[in-house]
Amino acid sequence: MPVTVKLPTVLRPHAGGERQVDAAGATVGEVMGDLIGRFPSLKDQLFETEASLRRFVNVYLNDDDIRYLGGLEAGVSDGDRLTILPAVAGG
Amino acid sequence: MLRVTSEVLEQMVRHCLDGRPEEACGLLGGTADGDAVEVSVCYPGRNVAASATLYELDPKDHLLADRDAETRGLEIVGVFHSHTHTEAYPSPTDVARAPDPGWHYVLVSLRDTEPIVRSFRIVEETITEETLETLAMTGDL
Repeated sequence: MPVTVKLPTVLRPHAGGERQVDAAGATVGEVMGDLIGRFPSLKDQLFETEASLRRFVNVYLNDDDIRYLGGLEAGVSDGDRLTILPAVAGG
Repeated sequence: MLRVTSEVLEQMVRHCLDGRPEEACGLLGGTADGDAVEVSVCYPGRNVAASATLYELDPKDHLLADRDAETRGLEIVGVFHSHTHTEAYPSPTDVARAPDPGWHYVLVSLRDTEPIVRSFRIVEETITEETLETLAMTGDL
């Protein structure tokens, strides 16, 4: 199922400069896998291990943080929108 | 160089003053023209770290700011936050956690009676101060 993935400026150089790309999958994890299949250098930017996202990466499925939806197992539907954002923090 | 409207400057400082004694933070929406970036919208955010020495922008505020900026044809071009008791210069934590080398990092120091606002780039852990220019408000804002 195609969903739209919006990338933050810091990740766009890893995705051919695109601000937004379409990717397919039945879960957030599958969509991410499809995305990384096309843009392999995104993998290290997004994932700590095969199964877990980096701590400082936030992913929203439509209006909700995927951490509250089951993480990478969260199901996606046609037309959903994933938004990837860097955590913004400092001291 | 970072250009901000006087309205954005006022909103940043006000948000930082309102956040005391904790650090306050928010995002900046604008447009880039080569190396010069013009900020036209301030997105005050919540500091979920709720700390006088740390900030962590509520990710939901980031999402909403990102969407609003997109609607306006802008990008998120930087972040501002306050230092309540130290100078307006990036701390080691600011450098370690800087999320985007393309962003502009605005520091608002509340240490002295008058707030001090400065802007920096942080690229590969190197801090470079940049000129922060304030633009007069225009009628179409």
